[in-house]
Amino acid sequence: MPNTQELQDLVTQVRRDILRMVHKVNSGHPGGSLGCTEYFVALYNEIMELKDGFDMDGIGEDVFFLSNGHISPVYYSVLARRGYFPIDELNTFRLIDSRLQGHPTTHEGLPGVRIASGSLGQGMSVAIGAAQAKKLNGDDHLVFSLHGDGELQEGQNWEAIMYAAGNKVDNLIATVDRNGQQIDGGTEDVLPLGDVAEKFRVFGWDVLEIENGNDLEQVIDGLNEAKSRTGKGKPVCVVMTTEMGNGVDFMMYTHAWHGKAPSDEQLETALAQNPETLGDY
Amino acid sequence: MTKYTDQGKQDTRSGFGAGMTELGRTNPNVVALCADLVGSLKIQTFIDENPERFFQVGIAEANMMGIAAGLTIGGKIPFTGTFANFSTGRVYDQIRQSIAYSDKNVKICASHAGITLGEDGATHQILEDIGLMKMLPGMTVINPCDFNQTKAATIAIAEHHGPVYLRFGRPKVANFTPVDQKFEIGKALMLNEGTDVTIIATGHLVWQALIAAENLENQGISAEVINIHTIKPLDDEAILASAKKTGCVVTAEEHNFLGGLGESVSRVLAMNHPTPQEFVATQDTFGESGTPDQLMDKYGLNNKAIEAAVLRVLKRK
Repeated sequence: MPNTQELQDLVTQVRRDILRMVHKVNSGHPGGSLGCTEYFVALYNEIMELKDGFDMDGIGEDVFFLSNGHISPVYYSVLARRGYFPIDELNTFRLIDSRLQGHPTTHEGLPGVRIASGSLGQGMSVAIGAAQAKKLNGDDHLVFSLHGDGELQEGQNWEAIMYAAGNKVDNLIATVDRNGQQIDGGTEDVLPLGDVAEKFRVFGWDVLEIENGNDLEQVIDGLNEAKSRTGKGKPVCVVMTTEMGNGVDFMMYTHAWHGKAPSDEQLETALAQNPETLGDY
Repeated sequence: MTKYTDQGKQDTRSGFGAGMTELGRTNPNVVALCADLVGSLKIQTFIDENPERFFQVGIAEANMMGIAAGLTIGGKIPFTGTFANFSTGRVYDQIRQSIAYSDKNVKICASHAGITLGEDGATHQILEDIGLMKMLPGMTVINPCDFNQTKAATIAIAEHHGPVYLRFGRPKVANFTPVDQKFEIGKALMLNEGTDVTIIATGHLVWQALIAAENLENQGISAEVINIHTIKPLDDEAILASAKKTGCVVTAEEHNFLGGLGESVSRVLAMNHPTPQEFVATQDTFGESGTPDQLMDKYGLNNKAIEAAVLRVLKRK
């Protein structure tokens, strides 16, 4: 059993990192980052089998692809705190000459990142390719990917969803962050996604749902369940309901904090709701 | 004039297929992807011999480019195959983000490039692909001239680490370069030495340039002919050496004059040795239906057009 208190402390610390990173440069995407904090913490500290260090090919370990690259703050914080690069480097987020670009990239050689993302809808195809490379290499490790729900409006996803089922890419666990929000409003108002789980199901995926993606234990249980369903002829989809802006009361239940940084005063309020646990960078 | 013999007309796409067959036998990391055009890309032998290393993605080119990028993670060398139009314009952002910006070792192999695709018309022809691809940082752009050279290029790009755009065509054209030639990326090939004018050609226009040079010789004009199979990185040195010698240049390509080989050559000349230049290329237009020969004639992409351009540029020396 995981020590959930330690992981919970990490969740709180990552939330602080996210808030401080976007506040410092007055830009970035806190909403989705805060909503997916439990997922990232669980994935990198409990779920994935990882080697020490980083190499691009990722042979002999699980690999992860972030398709909705705008939630880079949570990704960077969790990678740094997992030891991929110095935690102090979070100070350079979005600054000139930084490896921590606004959206993740391999271009500056940041350890932990295997693909550029930001232009939406491309990550599932990449994850499928990496999963098929693992099969060719006889590597029985898994490929994980995360996708925003709004991002599913990009057509390339549905090419990939069709392909993965048709080709039995059953070493892939694609998680959809179902927070119901996108830049212009609720997903069901902008362009209705409907029943995401059912859509994956009828495309031939094995689908499970995490009802509260901001409950660490539910996330761990759900992802472990997803792992147990791999290798059975179907790609696995996890539809994970989260609250954008989770952990900061004034950022929740709205799409307003998708891509907006808090003011000095707002930062103070937000940090007070997430007291320091493992030490700020 | 150096003599070249047509060993028998063949399509450059079959040169690609032959190269893939060889790679299938020699390089276990090479994998192929195709978007429902296996017959057109001539890769059936590769598939028959290496079924586990072939990925049929269906009519879904964007997904194909992403899967190719993913396959490199794990050490594979993916070759994607579809028409040039669907290999570039349709999937530009996927190539840009998931392949070029992500530094992925993907070989984008594009058949039916240019106007010689013929009867299908402008929806399937593309005259902008060189420009699109050469603008991407880190992308290598190759347009070989015949069957033998396309086969050699296909084999060579597997050894080059980084994204490559390999462009070839549908019609059967003269096959005149050596069998089993060594293909050096970025190296211009001197096909005929001359003193009055330099003809710099790529792809299907190289053979046309040789015919033009022979006709010009009969008129007492000595034309140097250079085959530029690699448009990026461009062999600046070879271009400048020849331009300095002859004092005028004609570029020839089956592509729009905006964004193609001609503009790349102009940049080299403008920055180092300003030289009069004429362009044999399409003039900012879409193509249309017709036979390849009719289209090359109508759009000024054959040996007659090259000759005329030479006569024009000589007056500007």
